[in-house]
Amino acid sequence: MSSDVWHSKIEAYADGELSASETRAMAEHLRDCPSCTLDMLGRVQLKRAVKTAGIRYTPSLALRQRVDQNLHAKDKLGRVRNWMPKLAVAAAAAVLVFALLRGWSSYQQQQTFAELADLHVATLASSTPVDVISTDRHTVKPWFEGKIPFSFNLPELSGSPYTLLGGRLSYLGQAPGAQLIFQVGKHRISVFIFQDRLGRLLPPGDTISRRLTFNVETFTDDGLRYFVIGDASADDIRQLAEMLKSAARS
Amino acid sequence: MPLFDSLYNFARWLTRDPEEADDLVQETYRKALRGFGSFEIGTNFRAWMYRILRNTFLTSRTGLRSGMTISLDSEEGAESMAPATTETPESLFFERANRLMVQEAIEELPVIFREVVLLCEVEEMSYQEIAETISVPIGTVMSRLARARHALRVALAKKMQGA
Repeated sequence: MSSDVWHSKIEAYADGELSASETRAMAEHLRDCPSCTLDMLGRVQLKRAVKTAGIRYTPSLALRQRVDQNLHAKDKLGRVRNWMPKLAVAAAAAVLVFALLRGWSSYQQQQTFAELADLHVATLASSTPVDVISTDRHTVKPWFEGKIPFSFNLPELSGSPYTLLGGRLSYLGQAPGAQLIFQVGKHRISVFIFQDRLGRLLPPGDTISRRLTFNVETFTDDGLRYFVIGDASADDIRQLAEMLKSAARS
Repeated sequence: MPLFDSLYNFARWLTRDPEEADDLVQETYRKALRGFGSFEIGTNFRAWMYRILRNTFLTSRTGLRSGMTISLDSEEGAESMAPATTETPESLFFERANRLMVQEAIEELPVIFREVVLLCEVEEMSYQEIAETISVPIGTVMSRLARARHALRVALAKKMQGA
């Protein structure tokens, strides 16, 4: 290999850019060639000098902090962006859970009303629809003492189209309560009174609905949950409910 | 932060102005963060960052003024073929040349040579990395390096003679 060829490769050699075989060949050549060795020495020294001189400037702390803050601000934004899909999924899940709870609550409510309707029908079909037979509220109410864990007031019915037929014990959700039978015209209406453990399953306010052609009105008062259910008109059901409400608050 | 110190050093060498270097570095990180999606995993991150910094510099007022063009000779100059030896052995120059002299000589280089010599010596980039950074073929990198070094030798020789 001619001297020119070696010289042409010496810069790449100094920069570590020759192949392994070329590097070995150049190293061997340098041992025998003073001219190339001197050339190589000058190049290596220049490289060192430039490296030493080139590392000259240091960034200020203020710049470092500014860039760092910018990066973190963007990073936070990025995190928010990254979270957006997750938030959307979470929101969708929350809506789904809410809808399911609403659905479940509605289902439970319907189940409760259905059960009350069953109780009402079963009572009317019974040969002994009432355990205490009396049209006197002052007789019926004391009969429940010691049988149920609460007390209640009954409205004065004189002058109203309603007649009290009597009362009996009833159970709903494994809890005892009172069932009172009223009559209006030819229709009989059951009034159920339970402790309001069903509150979480039923809407807090007054509700009137129609279930299997029965009208049902429910309301809460002082920890008690009242249900007024019967095949009487919605107005009759509502009016009796109002009277019960007034009596409860008196 | 990755490469912060070395990017700043390079920015100062390019701009030769502290405030401009600050702005350049900030802008580089801002662009890098914004464009991180365009970075291909597995490719050279360092070259990518330096390329952003260099391109940002080129479009700055100082960058445009610096005239990143080479007009006198072809890119494939003859210096790379020539032996580096002169009448006075270079080793003697560099032994006597102090750091300040070398810094002045680097500063006097046209930006187009300054950047390759700094990327090669200070950042210890391979020819391939430099080629990626400044978006030119490897042959051009070698040519520019050779010319930059030749210019440095000449400048240092003059400074030594004048000292």
